[in-house]
Amino acid sequence: MFETYVVPGLIILLQTLVLLVSLLVFTAFILYADRKIWAAVQSRRGPNVVGPWGLLQSFADLLKFILKEPIIPSGANKGIFLLAPFVSAVLALAAWAVIPLDDGWAIASVNVGILYVFAISSLEVYGVIMAGWASNSKYPFLGALRSAAQMVSYEVSIGFVIVTVLLAVGSLNLGDIVLAQRDGLGTRLGLPNTFLDWHWLGLFPMFVIFFISALAETNRPPFDLVEAESELVAGHMIEYSSTPYMMFMLGEYIAILLMCALTVILFLGGWLPPFDFAPFTWVPGVFWFVLKLCFVFFLISMVKAFVPRYRYDQLMRLGWKVFLPISLFMVFATAAFLKLMGWA
Amino acid sequence: MAVRLRHRALARWRPGREIGEAIMISGLGAAFFYLFAFVAVGSAFMVIAARNPVHSVLYLILTFFNAAALFLLTGAEFLAMILLVVYVGAVAVLFLFVVMMLDVDFASMKRGALEYAPIGAVVGIILAAELLIVLAGAAFDVEKPAQTALPAPNPVVRHNTAALGDILYTDYIFFFQIAGIVLLVAMIGAIVLTLRPQRAGVKRQNMSQQVARTPETAIDVVDVETGKGI
Repeated sequence: MFETYVVPGLIILLQTLVLLVSLLVFTAFILYADRKIWAAVQSRRGPNVVGPWGLLQSFADLLKFILKEPIIPSGANKGIFLLAPFVSAVLALAAWAVIPLDDGWAIASVNVGILYVFAISSLEVYGVIMAGWASNSKYPFLGALRSAAQMVSYEVSIGFVIVTVLLAVGSLNLGDIVLAQRDGLGTRLGLPNTFLDWHWLGLFPMFVIFFISALAETNRPPFDLVEAESELVAGHMIEYSSTPYMMFMLGEYIAILLMCALTVILFLGGWLPPFDFAPFTWVPGVFWFVLKLCFVFFLISMVKAFVPRYRYDQLMRLGWKVFLPISLFMVFATAAFLKLMGWA
Repeated sequence: MAVRLRHRALARWRPGREIGEAIMISGLGAAFFYLFAFVAVGSAFMVIAARNPVHSVLYLILTFFNAAALFLLTGAEFLAMILLVVYVGAVAVLFLFVVMMLDVDFASMKRGALEYAPIGAVVGIILAAELLIVLAGAAFDVEKPAQTALPAPNPVVRHNTAALGDILYTDYIFFFQIAGIVLLVAMIGAIVLTLRPQRAGVKRQNMSQQVARTPETAIDVVDVETGKGI
């Protein structure tokens, strides 16, 4: 009884706690990095008061958010109003259960890992819709309607991108997807195992489409029409204050990190070192994973800094008329290529 | 048999585990089964009992969730995830979208609903009877080795996503294609319904024209005399 239930349960609980705490601390510094990068592009200083170089800014924000009074509008649907931020934060965190940070370093190595992440990320729209409806206010409602259409549209192309990667890998397990990138285009050309084997080169158009769709899926600029401050003030988050607002921000950034992690796993070789020989293989895999994660986040942050916001019809056009045909064609092209070359 | 089904399920869900280990945690599996089943039935009831239509849709989503969890317990992990992606991630979003926009007043609609109770009862009894005939019949007799006709693949070696793909694209390829065609027809129907003839005199955004604009074509420099206007 004790051996079969309690001990494995406690171990899983402990692993989950370690992952959650390190993820939240990492998110705090990622938020700081986002603001610093944005400031640097605009020749500002960014946060520089709390702690050395402003490093503790996120923690000061956290304290402030928690100590403020949460305000619930009198016309709001109270239950759903308070449920919405939890839905968005909990869903974003739940997806991390299957992300492998190193060989075998996943809390659950699930057969259908990639589908699980895809399902969870497609559910994240509920936080926004519930908040928009429960606020009982015009701008949040408009934001919710926009996000419903936007996220459903971009999921389609993300799905097709994932299908192309799966064609090349032949497994839905995230660990297998990374391991399949050990050998690839580079080794087929007779080179040793390097970063050229990873899918970003072989499936380059899909890499670009996935990156842009990930921006749209997480409501990052230039696709942040859900909370466009010049049109909707803050979209679904207008009526929120203090801790519930913080939950939304947390959920948003963790969802962004999740998309970064997915990019790393699908296209940038996960925990694999860039060169598969001596000094690089000594470094633990989790270091490479986090390094790549930071690189992808830097790209996302730079996009926010210098790309203007899309108009809504442009957003829909890009999703349905550009990405969907290209990704659908690439699914067929990749399948045909793999079959003809006999690699599948 | 029910218990054996369930630990086979757990063995599939965690392929690394030995079958023996999975048998030991089958008690936990039963507990989870009852948890998900009760929540599913309860939230399904709330779908029709809730006064607010948006709450109804949210309960429907909860029902989908629990159904997905039950699929996981029986080892159908692919079906569980597809249920989440398709029904919860897309279909229910559109439900919610429409219900939020329509602002239906269920209270007035339900006022005369009791008149239809006899008809509803008749339909319900017929459905229940049919279900009973099927479930108590030979097709669902789990003790009968009906599965031996088509041997189930070993879940540890071959997980059910691949097995499902094999069957769907070989034995049932025509049914699969027909389902695809039905969906295509539905999609074309929806497009035809919303397609309106282009009216004259309506200004439209042309993306390539907008992008191709240069200062030479877009800006007209006019030398205006003071006090005259253009």
